Amino acid sequence: MLEVKGLHHRYGKAEILKDIDLGVERGEVFVTIGPTGSGKTTLLRLVGLLERPTSGHIYFDGYQVNNSERTRLEIRRRMAMVSQKPAVFNASVFENVVYGLRIRKENGATLRHKVMNVLETVGLSGYERRDARTLSGGETQRVALARAMVIEPELLLLDEPTANLDPVSTSHIEKLVTDVIKKSKMTVIMATHDMFQGQRLADRMGVLVAGQMLQTGNPGEIFSSPRGRQIAEFVGMENIIAGIITSNEEGIVDIKIDGNAIEAISNFSVGEAVYAGIRPEEITLARAKESTSARNSFPGEITRIVLFGPLARVEINCGFPLVALITKRSAEEMKLQTGDRIYASFKATGVHVIKG
Amino acid sequence: MHAIVDAFVLAVKMIFTGDPEVYGITARTLEISISSTIIGALLFVPLGCLIYFNNFRGKRTLISIIQTCYSLPTVFVGLLVFLVFSRAGPLGVFGIMFTPQVMVIGQVVLISAIVTGLTISALSGVSPAIRETAISLGASRVQSVWAVLKEARFAVLTAVMVGFGRAISEVGLALMVGGNIRGYTRVLTTAISLETGKGDTALSLALGFILVALALIVTVLANRFLRVKEADVARSQGSAS
Repeated sequence: MLEVKGLHHRYGKAEILKDIDLGVERGEVFVTIGPTGSGKTTLLRLVGLLERPTSGHIYFDGYQVNNSERTRLEIRRRMAMVSQKPAVFNASVFENVVYGLRIRKENGATLRHKVMNVLETVGLSGYERRDARTLSGGETQRVALARAMVIEPELLLLDEPTANLDPVSTSHIEKLVTDVIKKSKMTVIMATHDMFQGQRLADRMGVLVAGQMLQTGNPGEIFSSPRGRQIAEFVGMENIIAGIITSNEEGIVDIKIDGNAIEAISNFSVGEAVYAGIRPEEITLARAKESTSARNSFPGEITRIVLFGPLARVEINCGFPLVALITKRSAEEMKLQTGDRIYASFKATGVHVIKG
Repeated sequence: MHAIVDAFVLAVKMIFTGDPEVYGITARTLEISISSTIIGALLFVPLGCLIYFNNFRGKRTLISIIQTCYSLPTVFVGLLVFLVFSRAGPLGVFGIMFTPQVMVIGQVVLISAIVTGLTISALSGVSPAIRETAISLGASRVQSVWAVLKEARFAVLTAVMVGFGRAISEVGLALMVGGNIRGYTRVLTTAISLETGKGDTALSLALGFILVALALIVTVLANRFLRVKEADVARSQGSAS
């Protein structure tokens, strides 16, 4: 569907993208993740033909995109892009959504029908006459998404569509991607700096750091075996534990790990192999077993303590290795030392379950 | 004092009894000014777009020159048009000196800078994200420019209205190239200046009232567009907070 070869881009002296190779299959949701400023937006803008690369080639549906303004427009009309902070036209929601169809000279009865349908899909039925500029951030983002979806593009480019949204709006947008877009024929390339969002939505992921595509693969692969320190750091997942789902009661799962069981929230079904990911800062330590709302608490032995700055990194062996990140002050107050017996606790909601 | 009151009463009578002289002049004035405004808008709104959306050497200088020309003296434009269209001038063969046509040409020249310049200002008030959005949804170059122009519609309309205000109220140019020929090129401003000179203050005053009324209507309309725009902005800001 889309192939990128040796893509290089510079703004003045700053090298934004270095030698990117990328292939995206038809119908796939490809998520490029990376920290802010890693070149994700630039990559999408180049693929979306909003800018021309300094060097390198883009192939769309087998055709090499050349420099002719006409072919670029023709190809651009087969895709649509939603930006991080979408701008809306100073007009009604209807006029905003219908724009892409109007400029493609579509008209007649289907026009209104299509717009109404897509507004219903994004949950904005009844909004068609509203002034688009009076909408909230989440609503604006949904208008932007509707405006792109109504064109039925072969390739949909989403640039951090939830970066500025509250959690409710974010899950709404994510649901649209998983429930509607994935089921359509659209191919999606999405940029995000949120590792977990990438994992939730992606068929395949690419980690972009400082303009380089360091690793591509399915989300489980990238989480469990990050290739290199940069990715591991960005992934921020020091605790990745392989296990198998043994029960699932209304979304609360037990993951069996070497005789222990971790409770987590997820939709995986019984028998599936998964990874449980816990961020080190989400683990709390205690001398004795306390009664707490945290569903997971494991006794273990401290194997190593490393201090850096105001923080202490505590490695614990609970039958499986866990790394906790606490403040240096609490480590001192608790007088933690290598060899101490300790309880490591974390909430079920703090466990990120990734396909194994 | 009596003379002024008498003139005032007569003027009001002329307006309300439909004096043919008064209404003939008014109709001609509107015809000429509206023609030049429409032609000016068709020429200089696109020119403003062309300047705004293209990058070239000397763009800033050009815009500065255009802004300087906002206050081009009407008599100077009159002089230029006179030199070009008089019998001996380069376009003298057309023989349109002292006709309404040449007055329209003169007024088009007169408002060129202000319409072009205010169009550029109007467009620069629109966020570049609008054009990007249009392009990312599949707009061609022309369609994307149109999208921006649509966003700037109120400000562009204001530019055109200001042009109309300038065209209808100028006197120097109309006098020099139109010649103030009765029933042919006589417009409100030239008539006022002539009748006052002749001492017919009643007619002058009546024509003056009409001119002010027309100017007022234009200003009110322009303000109304602006206010609609401001209300829009206020509303969107209100909901955002």
